[in-house]
Amino acid sequence: MKIAVCVKQVPEATGHPRIDPSSKRLDRSGEGALNQYDVNAVEEALRIKEANGDAGEVVLVSLGPERALDALRKGLAMGADRAVLVSDTAAAGSDLVATSYVLAKALERESADLILFGQQSSDSDGAVLWAAVADRLRLPVISQAAQLTVAGGKARVKRQTEFGYDVVEAGLPALIGVSDAINEPRYPSLKGIMGAKKKPQEIVSLADLGADAAHAGEAGSRTEVLALTPPPARGDSQKIEDDGSGAEKILAFLVERKLV
Amino acid sequence: MRILVFLEHSGSELQKNNLGVLAKAASLGADVAGVVIGQGVSGLVEQAGRFGATTVYVADDAALASPLPQPRVDVLARLAGEQSFDAILFASSVLSADIASGLAARLDAGLNWGLVDLAIDGGRLVGTQPALGDSVYVQVGWKGGPALGLVRSGSFEPKETGGSAQAVAVQVTLEEFSSRVTLVEQLRETSEGPSIEEADIIVAGGRGLGQAENFGLLESLAKELGGAVGATRAVVDAGWYPYSTQVGQTGKSVAPKLYVAAGISGAIQHKVGMQSSGTIVAINKDANAPIFEFCDFGIVGDLTTVVPKLTELVKARKAG
Repeated sequence: MKIAVCVKQVPEATGHPRIDPSSKRLDRSGEGALNQYDVNAVEEALRIKEANGDAGEVVLVSLGPERALDALRKGLAMGADRAVLVSDTAAAGSDLVATSYVLAKALERESADLILFGQQSSDSDGAVLWAAVADRLRLPVISQAAQLTVAGGKARVKRQTEFGYDVVEAGLPALIGVSDAINEPRYPSLKGIMGAKKKPQEIVSLADLGADAAHAGEAGSRTEVLALTPPPARGDSQKIEDDGSGAEKILAFLVERKLV
Repeated sequence: MRILVFLEHSGSELQKNNLGVLAKAASLGADVAGVVIGQGVSGLVEQAGRFGATTVYVADDAALASPLPQPRVDVLARLAGEQSFDAILFASSVLSADIASGLAARLDAGLNWGLVDLAIDGGRLVGTQPALGDSVYVQVGWKGGPALGLVRSGSFEPKETGGSAQAVAVQVTLEEFSSRVTLVEQLRETSEGPSIEEADIIVAGGRGLGQAENFGLLESLAKELGGAVGATRAVVDAGWYPYSTQVGQTGKSVAPKLYVAAGISGAIQHKVGMQSSGTIVAINKDANAPIFEFCDFGIVGDLTTVVPKLTELVKARKAG
């Protein structure tokens, strides 16, 4: 079985992400990391491969600048077999529809049996991309997977909704967005980290994929950032060390605000 | 401007957040239509009319019985092709996020998500989208049309207009690939007392509770305050409390008058689900917990002593 995992490089969580006021794009000049939610998707792909007697292949697919390969190497160190990075200046600044177009082109070339996405991107809080990619590939899509079982040419998923859990099924090929509750990802071993550098890492352009640049990047984007403003202030915050009268102080505050 | 609002239902009721989006669309001076999709859904038209829709498109078909996104994309894509809407809006949910994203690809239309406000500027729709952990508010626009938007829960209050809507039946033709997912089973969880979406007061607990049994302390306080109990993702995953009470990015977004966060660090995934609450009170042992940066009143202390004492004080005040 061939499993493709769509991943993204995001600014390192310990840094202070900012939006560049002139380009109005996220400043990606600092250190990059593999989006933490994508790590769950990579882990799930590896477990499915291992459960199938280690047969088949796990391939990472991403869109980003060339240095995003650094983040992809973390997935390779965990055990993925190879990485494909679509990198093209004409694809920079892609919004949801443009990104879904480019990723679908890269995924078409792979013809995977199963395509996995992480729950969301930690930089844009986006949690929707899988459904757009599935529509372009005309594949069934299931999101918020908390449990995934692949057997007999079918994916069976226990998924979280607002009301509890739904169990759903789809025949392969299928595209699945996994929740970060699905597994506890492994840490790459030293051997894995050393081996990752030697695994195939391909950088492809839009032309390599036969993708039309008019559908990618800013040209293909259908949304735009108009302005940035500071968030509305929440007002003053008080923080008090409990000296035994903490409960009384809360009550006094609630009384003052007429909440009790 | 013509705006279509996707109306999600649970049972025989439209969800509150959808009605809020209807009210907001109407307040923009737009011609507001709604669309209900499912099986046996025509009864929802009356409620949609009462809350601001002038037309309600009804796609009623056995093939739409399960709450799955792809058949709904087919219905909406067809409707968008026949009618010309300037915008199609959704209240954020697990289902609507998947529908909106699939529809964006199908129509090659722009989708902005996490919107907390909408306005019309120079004849164009403009949305407000908090970004980077809500540290910046981004004004977002759309190029071409229709403008697709997912609205963050709790952003807009429903407003009863007392109007009535005209029902228009929509023909249902599904793509082959849209029908390949099947619903096998639905597992529903219910909790006692008011639901967290409806409650004016929520007492919520996180990993700092230390053990599942300590939710009993929060239940007692919630009972005295007349509120509901909420939980973080971490404790729901640990099986301490039902999923239906989960507040946060992958759970429910709530905006009660009072939110008491006990043993909750305030990670961004939780914050986005509760930060629009009227007043936030935090109790946490860790003085450096992020919750103290956005609460109104915080006590650095042991919740297992502070919470029961507060419960007694509230009880005494009510009695006295």
